[in-house]
Order: sequence, then C-alpha cells, then structure tokens
Amino acid sequence: MGTLASVLEAAGLATVALSSIRGQVVTTRPPRALHCEFPLGRPLGRPEDPALQRRVLDAAFALLDEPAGPVLVDFPEVITDEADAPLSCAIPPADPGDVHPAEAEARGLLPAWRRSNERFGRTTVGKVVDADGVPAIVGLFARIADGEGWKDVGLPGDPTKLAADIRNFYEEAALSLTDAVPGARQAESWYVTRTKAGDAVQRARVAMKDAGAGHYFWNYLLPMTQHRVPDAT
Amino acid sequence: MGDQQMRSSLEDLEGFSFDEAPWTTPKPLADSRVAIVTTAGLRPAGGDGADWNPGDQAMQLLPASAEGLVLAHFSPNFDRTGWIVDPNIVFPIDRLREMADEGVIGSVADVHVSFMGAQIDHTLETIRLDTGPAAARALLDDDVDLVLLTPV
Repeated sequence: MGTLASVLEAAGLATVALSSIRGQVVTTRPPRALHCEFPLGRPLGRPEDPALQRRVLDAAFALLDEPAGPVLVDFPEVITDEADAPLSCAIPPADPGDVHPAEAEARGLLPAWRRSNERFGRTTVGKVVDADGVPAIVGLFARIADGEGWKDVGLPGDPTKLAADIRNFYEEAALSLTDAVPGARQAESWYVTRTKAGDAVQRARVAMKDAGAGHYFWNYLLPMTQHRVPDAT
Repeated sequence: MGDQQMRSSLEDLEGFSFDEAPWTTPKPLADSRVAIVTTAGLRPAGGDGADWNPGDQAMQLLPASAEGLVLAHFSPNFDRTGWIVDPNIVFPIDRLREMADEGVIGSVADVHVSFMGAQIDHTLETIRLDTGPAAARALLDDDVDLVLLTPV
C-alpha cells in the first residue's frame, strides 16, 4: 500500500492512504497515511456505519493540510475482531441420505445462502464452483479428512480456491442465520469451529500437510490463525 | 483475536520505500476529483478481469459503482462478511458521493483501480515500473487529482 501510494504520488497524484498494519506503513513511508486499528478486511471500520466511515474519510483528507511528508497519523477509534466469539447459528437440519454428514450440512445451508445472496446482491463464492456445487466439494474434503489421498478424490481445481468457496458459502449463509451484522471473523470462527464442513477442511488440511502437499496447498485452506491439529478420535 | 496474531506476523515484513518520499502539492479538497485505489483484489463480475492469484501484481480498472464488483483476493486471512454486507467498508463510493454532494470534495472519478495486497515480492517491481504507472495514467486521463488508498 505504501509503495503504491508513492508510485501514484510520483506520477502527480496527491494520495491519502488508509493503513491496516502500522509497521508496514512505517517501513514503506507513503506520503500521507492514516493508520486505523480496525479488523483486517474492514479498512473503513464497520459495515453499515456510515457515520464512522465518514469520520475516517474526514480524518484521512485532513492530512492534505500537512505541509510536508511523510505523514503518519493514528485514527483515535479502535475496533477489534471477534474471532473469539463465534456466531451462534442454528444450522438447518439436513437429511444425510447417502452422502457424508458434512456434505448434507452444506446442502441444508443452501436456502440460507440464497437468502443472503438475494438480500445483499453479491457473493465471494465462485472461484471454482458456484453455491450449488459447494456441497459436493465439502464431500470431497471430507474424504480427504477420512484418509483418501488429496490427489485421488477428484478435486475439480486448486484446493485453496475450493476451500475458499466452501468458507465463503458458509459465511454468507450465516448472514441469514443471525439477526445482527457479525463482527469481524465471527462467521469465520463459526465455520471453522462449529460446522462439520469446517472440521472436515481442518482435518483435510492436516492430512494434506502430513502427506507432503506443497505449503501453498495446505496453508491457505483456512485462515492461518485458525490452524489447529484436531483431536484424534 | 485473529488480527492481532496476523499483525504480529506482518508488522516487520520487508517493504520497499523510495529514498525520498514523493510529494505532490494537493489542490483544495473542494476542487479535487477523487478516485479510490484499493488493494482488495476487486474485479467486475464475469469477463476478463484479474484472477488475483498469489503474487499477481496486475491492476484492474473499476467502474464508479460497487454493483457487480467481486472481491477475489486470494488470501484467506481477513474478514469478508463486511464486504458482503456493505461494500463501502472497502470501496467507500457512497461516502465519496455524499461528500461530493455536500461540496466537501469536488467530484468522484469515473475510474477507480484495484490491485491486490499480501504480495510475496516485497520489491513490487511490476507495480513500481508497470502497473502502478499505468494506473496513474488512467486516473490522470480521468482528470483525477486525489487518490484514496484502502488496504486489504
């Protein structure tokens, strides 16, 4: 971010950079930066809080009054993520039929995902498969978790992108299973620690690592801060 | 407290800085045409937009609307629910329009730009030499004076 700001400034554009990781801005020295100690992925603070977003922009543009740079100012309000407080979502019951319980769980969440998609009009699902394709992918990760080789189950693309489709599907479905706008990482923690799919991907991640898969393939299956070694059962 | 852990691991990463910080004297804010440049890995839905795979130092031109934009950043290490609920959390186009309507800023650009953060190559050679200057040209062609950068 800091380097990019300097490139644009050198081309004749005045720049104001919001900052999420203070040490990186100190290192890269953009001309004008407002450090906001907000959750990663939420550089303007809180969704559906236009007053806060406006305060951030006012503070950022106030840096234009500085006569020289680099300028680094800290925004006075702090917001922390809520990864330690997973969402409490009632997962709709699903008939497992002849599929893995994790796959059945994902099927049961499709109506909730559709409601979210209709309500918000955007999705981050679709790197490899669309929402209707997610349950089958959950089933494949469950097979890896249960001992099959990750190259043998027929994953239809990059495992990290498929895992992203699963996680994003669950998090978006969760938005229709709770009343309030979740705090940052609350839906993530719910997915990883409270759902069968999250458990399957976690165990598949460990199995792939143990099987010698490349670092990229197992490391990016889940957020780094959610990596755990599940209890042996 | 996932972000606290992430910040601890990222604070001291190597970064590229210029020997002298460039400086452009800004126009008065009320006369400035403002564009957003984000590192969120955004792209328009469908079409031939950037893939935003790891290490991708491309730049992606964006329209002046969040409608139809997709957040496709490769990294799993940040929250995405905020973006789904309210794109202004990353791409504050509605806030800029309000500021333009109030006369706080001059106008909102027709062209905005996305890059992708979490770059592996800290020298950012392609961004410094190719895609960054190309983005600047596109913004200057739209008579942009001021850029707001938002990080992801």
